Amino acid sequence: MPASKIPSKPASGTELSSASGVDEPPRSPARRSALKTLAAAAGGASLPLWARYAEAQSAAPIRIGFQMHATGIGAAYGRWYNRTTEAALRLINEAGGINGRPVELVTEDDGTDPKRGAEVVEKFATQHRCDVGYGTLFSHVVMSSAPRAGELKLPYFVVSEGHHVASGALNRWTLQPGITDVKSQVLAMAPFVRENLGRKVTMIFPDYAFGHDHRDFFTQAIEAQGGEVVAKLAIPPSETSFTKYFPKIPRETEVIYHVMVGPSVLTFVKEMGEFFGPSRPEIFGFIDSLEAVDLQSPGLEFLEGTYFWEGMPRYAQPDQTDFDRHYRAAIGIDENGALAADPRDVSAYAHMFGCWETLYVIKAGMEACGYRGPDDRAALVEAVEAMSTMPLSNEHPQGAKIFNGKTHQVFGPQYISKVENGRLTVLEETPIEAGFYPDEVDYTTQPL
Amino acid sequence: MEFGPHLMIAVLEGAVTAAVLALMASGLSLVFGVMRVVNVAHGQFFMLGAVLAWAVSSALGGGAWGFVAALVLAPLIAGALAVAADLTVLKRVGYDPERTIVATIGLLYILQQAALMTYGPEARPVAPPFNTRLALPWVEFGPDGPGLIWPWGLSITSYKLFVMAAAAAVLAGLWLLMSQTRIGLVMRATQLDGETAQAFGIPVGRVYAGVFGLGAALAALAGVLIVPIQQAHYLMGGEALLLSFIVVIIGGLGSLGGTVIAALLIGLSDGIVSVFFSPTLAKILATLLVALVLVFRPQGLMGKAAR
Repeated sequence: MPASKIPSKPASGTELSSASGVDEPPRSPARRSALKTLAAAAGGASLPLWARYAEAQSAAPIRIGFQMHATGIGAAYGRWYNRTTEAALRLINEAGGINGRPVELVTEDDGTDPKRGAEVVEKFATQHRCDVGYGTLFSHVVMSSAPRAGELKLPYFVVSEGHHVASGALNRWTLQPGITDVKSQVLAMAPFVRENLGRKVTMIFPDYAFGHDHRDFFTQAIEAQGGEVVAKLAIPPSETSFTKYFPKIPRETEVIYHVMVGPSVLTFVKEMGEFFGPSRPEIFGFIDSLEAVDLQSPGLEFLEGTYFWEGMPRYAQPDQTDFDRHYRAAIGIDENGALAADPRDVSAYAHMFGCWETLYVIKAGMEACGYRGPDDRAALVEAVEAMSTMPLSNEHPQGAKIFNGKTHQVFGPQYISKVENGRLTVLEETPIEAGFYPDEVDYTTQPL
Repeated sequence: MEFGPHLMIAVLEGAVTAAVLALMASGLSLVFGVMRVVNVAHGQFFMLGAVLAWAVSSALGGGAWGFVAALVLAPLIAGALAVAADLTVLKRVGYDPERTIVATIGLLYILQQAALMTYGPEARPVAPPFNTRLALPWVEFGPDGPGLIWPWGLSITSYKLFVMAAAAAVLAGLWLLMSQTRIGLVMRATQLDGETAQAFGIPVGRVYAGVFGLGAALAALAGVLIVPIQQAHYLMGGEALLLSFIVVIIGGLGSLGGTVIAALLIGLSDGIVSVFFSPTLAKILATLLVALVLVFRPQGLMGKAAR
């Protein structure tokens, strides 16, 4: 990211050279700075943790308010968002923190509840004096929390998937730099569904904002491909049994498109299998319907030969990158996407990378604007808005990305996988451009 | 799907709901009938049954025997907990109607939070001991007379049939217990007039503890039966409690027969209305039915008017 574009304050380290008293400019500043960094890193690694930050203007930690779905219907995601966040923060702190300061997590449970979500954001800003708010997933919680974050001028980094950020429904303080949105995902998926699976689609989705994004944008996307949605089954997010909905699936259906969330996802998929028995149509699902669920669970055998969207491939693929290997090792995840210490504890692998990547975006943004404290929050938002390309790296293990500063939304690759022998095999990685759509908002025109 | 098979699947789904609901509501109704205690924590005993079923079956490595053990142990543990709650809390507040409501609300939160702190916020599955998909036939009148067809999606699983049979067997056992045994006689005597029963040497305190335990055990049993169909989750008690209250209000508090009839009514209407219209409409209709019953027949369908 070109740091020069950002209206930034001087970073804490830049004043050191004038203090050195040397009149003639260094012959090779790049080399000198590289040597200095190396020496500092080597020295730093041998020091106790508190001493590594001594060079910073303030040794006080940067505080990141983590709005966690610890309880309620988002708990499975919350647990893994937490593990991913802690792993990334450990690495960031081991590497010297942000701007030479340690980073501290302030975790609050929002109960996957919109009302509590807004209260948690308020606590971050007023009680805990957090520098930023971060981490929430469920779109109804994002929708209720973001206005409060805007009022309190707290940069609010969401790891949701709803189209709410890029649609312009929120405000300039809300950013989604770590995970793609539903509109982008379904645009990238629709051609595969139409070309390989069928033309007449029945959609099954949760009956709230996130599900409605799927309903609206996939319908548009498949129609643009010459397909048609023949039925739409909206299911309340707290529903616990599903067989009663399935008879509404029209017989002409060629493809079932499913995306469900919440504690009953396993029940949903199992009952779908029991309903269809041996004579099922083609099935294309979003892995949300099985996130944090073991594919080997009894009753899921019928998924063999069905297709899934994955944000990041749960099973390590033959062409696994070093970055994916590094990411899995840092969190402690095995090649099947489960906790290495407990293979029955399956991760929310397709989504949780968003936490990792968002934290590194916060770090890059704070470093670019020389972030010193809550007074620099506006500069941080501007610094992130100035970002554009994010290369595939340890910081972005899911894939290279392009961030749109106007809409505050990131774009990246999507993965289409097939269930083969009880595991997910990636068939296709869509290009970033497949998920592009015209801007619907320009947040940079709003005052900070 | 065609109307006939569609209706059949709605009835079958409704019957599963009705079976579980009847078990659960009969526990609530029994506790109210004998002790005049409105047990707001009843839904949490249902949740406890499901959570304990997961704990027991996973401790035994899953499989059919794990489930059988859960079927026996979970209601016993939940029942024992309820007995302890009765002796330490409800007895101390003298079974006063207002105070027991507050006490059981407290119990509700204690049980729910204890489940959250120990079992965690995740939904976890329990494998059913058997679960064969049974495709069901439908009669169709063609040019050559009636013939059997197997429509798409018309099916049930053997486990769901087992749930219906198990609920019917337990309810029949409960009826026999109440009407044919000495324990039932003692409970009915306590129900009719606690003070007189005590004067005749019936240990009313122990009867109350036993009834509260039995009510909780019935709820827990319903939880164990449902968990292979759904999953165990610490929040699952809320809606179950609401539906149970709807059932006992319609059936008549304290009346076992009324409870079973109301459970069938609510379960089947929930299944049919959900399938043909929407699940939200099913809940609206159930609530409307409660309002109508309270206006026109406050004692419920089968309940006796207060004397």
